[in-house]
Amino acid sequence: MSDVAHPGLAHHFESYEQQRQSASLGMWVFLAQEIMFFGGMFLAYMVYRSRYPLAFIAGSHHLDIGLGAFNTAVLIGSSLTMALGVRAAQLGRRKAVVLFLILTLILGSIFLVVKYFEYSEKWDHHLIPGKHFHFEGEGKFAEVPQGPMQIFFSLYFAMTGFHALHMIVGVILILYMLRPAWQGKYTPENHNYVEGFGLYWHFVDIVWIFLFPLLYLIGRH
Amino acid sequence: MSVHVSSVKTYTLIFLALMVLTAITVFVAYLDLGALNNVVMLTIAVAKATLVVLFFMHVAHATKLIKLVVVSSMFWLLLMFAFTMSDYLTRGWLGVAGK
Repeated sequence: MSDVAHPGLAHHFESYEQQRQSASLGMWVFLAQEIMFFGGMFLAYMVYRSRYPLAFIAGSHHLDIGLGAFNTAVLIGSSLTMALGVRAAQLGRRKAVVLFLILTLILGSIFLVVKYFEYSEKWDHHLIPGKHFHFEGEGKFAEVPQGPMQIFFSLYFAMTGFHALHMIVGVILILYMLRPAWQGKYTPENHNYVEGFGLYWHFVDIVWIFLFPLLYLIGRH
Repeated sequence: MSVHVSSVKTYTLIFLALMVLTAITVFVAYLDLGALNNVVMLTIAVAKATLVVLFFMHVAHATKLIKLVVVSSMFWLLLMFAFTMSDYLTRGWLGVAGK
């Protein structure tokens, strides 16, 4: 098993297959702790939503369902391009890897730009938790106290903020991968990096799959 | 065992299924189903996440070891949810002194 000459095979692995399996397993263990990290915030969401249901409905009504749905579609689209990028790397199609990485990069950036506009709208409406927070409830939400509203928006910013941070890290990692992709470094024997990154990107997509209905779609009727 | 390469058709079908499920979840949000709204919403989200994990993340073709890691991470997450919520949701049930 001494394929010393093979490029991309680290010396402590017996074969490419063993190396690939180890990389996947390592990535999944990393994602397991990411699940627990976001899980803590989802748990806080459950505890406070069960305590202040009306505040959560009022907050959800303020969020833009159109932008949220648009971003969901963008992110699902980016998961498709990423999956096709990993496939291209598995088959050693150099130009397709570059193309799909760039498409994923563009879709990820669109998501972040939309998020920026959503955040600045909340800034303008004094919905950043803190000293100057003020939620203007209309109709049946006029009586909702400011405290629970701050909790909703704190959770909103914490959850979507950490999600956006993961997106930014993802975008930087794609930029980092473009050069080796263009140079043809990702081959059928050596596509661990792209595959591992793909797992990360899909995980971030899954977090949004839960964030979108839980934040934007409650009590809409 | 060599790498399993999924077809473009598989990925496209999964993508379309995810888009359709997103449309359904937005549509259902506007219907008044009472407590069922949350159930439908979460069921759809779990279905979407399962599709992504199985096909985009290749768990359907992964080794048993990776499947074990995926399932156990879900298990620990649900354990954390179940134990914490069983506390918070039942606090009002009994008139315990010092509450």
